[in-house]
Amino acid sequence: MFNRIVEVTGLQKHFGKYEAVKNVSFHADRGEIVGLLGINGAGKTTTIHMLLGLTKPTAGTVRVFGRDIETSRTEILSRVNFASSYIALPYNLKVIENLLVFAHIYGVKNPKNKIEKLLEDFEIHHLRNATSGRLSSGEQTRLNLCKALLNDPELLVLDEPTASLDPDLADKVRKVLQRVNREEGCTLLTTSHNMLDVTELCDRIVFMSAGEVVEEGTSDQILRKYNSDSLEDVFISIARNHSVDGRGDKVASSADLKKVKVS
Amino acid sequence: MRWNRIYALVLKYFFVCSRNAFRAMDIFFWPVMDLLVWGFVTLYLLKISGAVPTMITFLVGAVILWNVFYRAHQVVCLSFMEDLWSRNLLNIFTSPVKVSEFITAAYILGLAQAVTVMVILSAMAAFMYQFNIMTIGPDLPMLFVNLMLMGWAMGLVATALIIRFGPQAEVLAWAIPFLVQPLCAVFYPVSVLPAWLQPLARCVPASYVFEGMRASLSGSNEVVFNYALIAFALNVLYLAAAGLLFKYMFEQARVKGLLAKYNA
Ligand SMILES: Nc1ncnc2c1ncn2[C@@H]1O[C@H](COP(=O)(O)OP(=O)(O)OP(=O)(O)O)[C@@H](O)[C@H]1O
Ligand SMILES: [Mg+2]
Repeated sequence: MFNRIVEVTGLQKHFGKYEAVKNVSFHADRGEIVGLLGINGAGKTTTIHMLLGLTKPTAGTVRVFGRDIETSRTEILSRVNFASSYIALPYNLKVIENLLVFAHIYGVKNPKNKIEKLLEDFEIHHLRNATSGRLSSGEQTRLNLCKALLNDPELLVLDEPTASLDPDLADKVRKVLQRVNREEGCTLLTTSHNMLDVTELCDRIVFMSAGEVVEEGTSDQILRKYNSDSLEDVFISIARNHSVDGRGDKVASSADLKKVKVS
Repeated sequence: MRWNRIYALVLKYFFVCSRNAFRAMDIFFWPVMDLLVWGFVTLYLLKISGAVPTMITFLVGAVILWNVFYRAHQVVCLSFMEDLWSRNLLNIFTSPVKVSEFITAAYILGLAQAVTVMVILSAMAAFMYQFNIMTIGPDLPMLFVNLMLMGWAMGLVATALIIRFGPQAEVLAWAIPFLVQPLCAVFYPVSVLPAWLQPLARCVPASYVFEGMRASLSGSNEVVFNYALIAFALNVLYLAAAGLLFKYMFEQARVKGLLAKYNA
């Protein structure tokens, strides 16, 4: 069995003249948790959408489970799932109805049991008959995560999974994700602006800026390289030294970046 | 194609309808209003002009069959727009749902809606205007199928345009049927149209259906099969063209990152 779950090579996305993603290559191996980091507008969400086949790349390839997303979309996506804090499930359906619909989409066996278990895991069991639209954003986020785990995905792609959660719930969600990763061997690819997510969850970090990967490694490696003990400081340092001018013209080059020292 | 995914999409729409009183209006209220108004108009015409009594059967039959086409078209669009409005496109198109399954589900809903509307309006017309749709006889299924197919094709065209041009193109879901209505020969024969419009009307499957309906109601059934056959051939052509257009627009939306953007 191959271990390379995600292999992104030379990925580019141009929207008209604007280069949202310029040249992105990274990978994720089986059982890894990879964090995709970067400032607002760095191209993380665009990259994820290309990885999921939602947006068509201008150039480059995405291979998941060794297959090309452009030619094997359905096979890949039935073993993958996705959640984002910025999208919701249909607001006019009840929580249970939404999950039932997606359970059928993913062909989940014994959907009722699976749904009840997930609702308990994410502590929204009491909301099973509530209309999804009335959930608070934190509850909605957890509902999205329930949907994302319905099919026991081998690869779980998350866009800022803890963005709207209070620290207590964010911690609980991280624990669930960790458990899914350890016990079920689920590979995770997640973006986040929450450095606690990164330090607690991620085995490896891919740092993007202005559509390019500018750093990659374990958080220890990156901290050592920047001679810092806080990822937050490193983030700020990389962000400022790669600050964007207008829509994405990088001011500092990667070479400049390597000279950066964080006090 | 996997039926579990198609079933899921159909189920979702039923959940939406069961939660939404306004959607029930699309299904029941408007078609019923349509029939009421046209029914009374024909009663009035009969009274003042002593028009031939077949007229009421023509007009009431036309209203019922027009609604078969219009509602099939509308539900194909609405089932897509529900996902657009509820920002669910991203969830759907990051799941293994294939475009073909998405379209099939919309078609099934279009069929369900067409049947529902036909049954309700026929019952009502029988009760209020003593109009028995069954007098169209064995030709009825042929006419019904052709209207539904045309509803599917036009619904898919409108949906393709909405995918590409976004929510501001939503008005197409309601407008397109009325744009073609003058060419459909719903309430009058094609021969009434100006000479230069007639060839255009001949390209619209519904024009054969409504000519067929009138022929059938006036007892000249022998032409109906040919009409239905021409309409069917045209429908197959349009369905294929609509499918290609949808595929193209969907790919365009992927290139422009629109499927994600409508969620933003
Ligand atoms: N469909 C689109 N059309 C045009 N520009 C787009 C489109 N989608 C994204 N962009 C642009 O591409 C750039 C990258 O956006 P993206 O959403 O990938 O950033 P991000 O790294 O996820 O940022 P954030 O941390 O704020 O979520 C942004 O400048 C955005 O305006
Ligand atoms: Mg983003």
